[in-house]
Amino acid sequence: MSRISQYFAARKGRKALISFLTAGDPTIEHTVPALHALVAGGVDILEVGIPFSDPEAEGPAIQASSERALHNGTTLVRVLKMIAEFRQTNADTPIVLMGYLNSILAMPDFPQRAQAAGVDGLIMVNLPPESAAQLQPQLQACDIDLIYLVAPTTTDERARFILENAAGFVYYVSLKGITGADNLDTQTVSSRLAELRQHTDLPLCVGFGIKTPETAEAVATFADGVVVGSALVNLLAEHVDSVEAGATALTESALALREGVDRGADRSSPGS
Amino acid sequence: MSVASKGSNYAQPGDNGLFGEYGGRYVAETLTHALDQLAELYEQVRNDPEFQQELHEDLTDYVGRPTPLYFAKRLTAELGGAKVYLKREDLNHTGAHKICNTIGQALLAKRMGKPRVIAETGAGQHGVATATVAARLGLKCDVYMGAEDVERQSLNVYRMKLLGANVIPVHSGSKTLKDALNEAMRDWVTNVDDTHYIIGTVAGPHPFPMLVRDFASVIGSEARSQILAKEGRLPDVAVACVGGGSNAMGLFYPFIDDIDVELVGVEAGGRGLKTGAHAAPLNDGKVGVLHGNRTYLMADDDGQIAQTHSISAGLDYPGVGPEHSHLKDIGRARYDSATDEETMAAFRVLNRTEGILAALESSHAIAWVVKNAPTMDPDNIILVNLSGRGDKDINTIAKLDNITLS
Repeated sequence: MSRISQYFAARKGRKALISFLTAGDPTIEHTVPALHALVAGGVDILEVGIPFSDPEAEGPAIQASSERALHNGTTLVRVLKMIAEFRQTNADTPIVLMGYLNSILAMPDFPQRAQAAGVDGLIMVNLPPESAAQLQPQLQACDIDLIYLVAPTTTDERARFILENAAGFVYYVSLKGITGADNLDTQTVSSRLAELRQHTDLPLCVGFGIKTPETAEAVATFADGVVVGSALVNLLAEHVDSVEAGATALTESALALREGVDRGADRSSPGS
Repeated sequence: MSVASKGSNYAQPGDNGLFGEYGGRYVAETLTHALDQLAELYEQVRNDPEFQQELHEDLTDYVGRPTPLYFAKRLTAELGGAKVYLKREDLNHTGAHKICNTIGQALLAKRMGKPRVIAETGAGQHGVATATVAARLGLKCDVYMGAEDVERQSLNVYRMKLLGANVIPVHSGSKTLKDALNEAMRDWVTNVDDTHYIIGTVAGPHPFPMLVRDFASVIGSEARSQILAKEGRLPDVAVACVGGGSNAMGLFYPFIDDIDVELVGVEAGGRGLKTGAHAAPLNDGKVGVLHGNRTYLMADDDGQIAQTHSISAGLDYPGVGPEHSHLKDIGRARYDSATDEETMAAFRVLNRTEGILAALESSHAIAWVVKNAPTMDPDNIILVNLSGRGDKDINTIAKLDNITLS
């Protein structure tokens, strides 16, 4: 059982707060303390972006963070080193790497090296399940969950196919658009999640466009987890000059999001 | 060489939009449904006589097809080898082959009831071709263009504006064609309900490489009949420049089963393959995934897409259409390159001997001819795709000559 599955099995009524940061942004030194700071603020699962030169599905915030990270010399090898360093003092918090397929293709023994570093899940933005026949078993053999996205445009038939192949949790893309967009409609997301639940027992987490504790609260009333990315990326970037100040700001922001998610969990109907 | 020398029937792409092991559909989940819809619609229309008739009429009366196949007598004499025929795609309405694809895709958009089209553009030719058909069909049109290309192709930028399109400069990444493509994909993800993305080359996710090829293949179909009419036989070599590779696929596709016709793609060699400053992934790249398809790419050891260089904005792209990757691997086509310098020299030769001002993209194919025709016999025939005209490049060329145009 992966750390992700262990987390969800043990969580009881808690809803997952999932954070996203790009590794190596705004400097390489920021990343590991930032991850610890997020956990201290109540984050349950850490999503860590592998910076890529051509992040097709990202909005301006994460595009810019990717460019900064690459400018700092962040490579996949360095990302895995950061994860291994984080793991020296945190053995429990699940870590999900997120990125684009070309980064992984450039490292043929990625599953083994990622496992050794302490990675638990992988989101490949541009790898649909139809094309994952080769990678998925390799990851599985290394206890890494390949996490799929379901979008508002995904047909029901296709959603069932994706859910059959899914592992860890399902990442529901809350809107038609790019990360950090402004057109989130929680009502629509809520009813779609209810439909998806009829076809899977996996936890359903929601991301794209969630920036405030209030939105996190609203989403937590019906989702199993809430992903916050661009807002945290922008916050950390403001503290490029101080690793410590960046960490403090992230902890504070995570605490506020945590409260929002917990309020949402309290209001949620049983079984969601 | 006999007209009947046909090879085994080539049928690509196969399942899941794969050309051998290339192509496919590597996109964010949000786009999958739109791509399925597009593939389904395209399956219907490709055999629909009404659609084909509408397309044919547009190509005839609006674009001005068929374009001539022209025997370049003085160029042939100057090079002193094989006979050189030029397929005059520069004579299309808007000045390049690109409009054959945009006409076809705009008709698809109309059938889907989508009132808005978007496009990416490098040199601006595809942007102009998209803006043109959008104007004609009354579609709203936004064109993404790298900020650097906006700078070096100001003439085409203005043309698009005159045509009523909105040109959006892209400042992310390397500010060139690949970044314009990223931005167009982001737009499409957001506005997929009312927008069709008219991709400008034989790349992108399935079904784009197939349908762009099909729309462009009018080039090869015409050229094949024309050369048979003029020479009574097929050419020994068919050559075209390759950036994303749409004009080359358009030329090659109708000749693929003619196994005695050698197919040659010419990539942008930039400052030379050894310098790394080029845009020649089939000559000096590796297999990877970019812009929705698996193909040869220029990338570093960490999988980051490399900066490319070419004198021509239209070839300045780190990837290449997946069908070219397949044709390379199976050995059906071969891929050479021409440097910036060779290209400029060829551009001048064609001007001087034939009075034809070719686009810098197309001049790469001419450069191959300049190098190789003299080594061939006078009874050999080279068919060159002159994919576009060079008016748009005047500023770039003048700058190289240290001349400032007012």
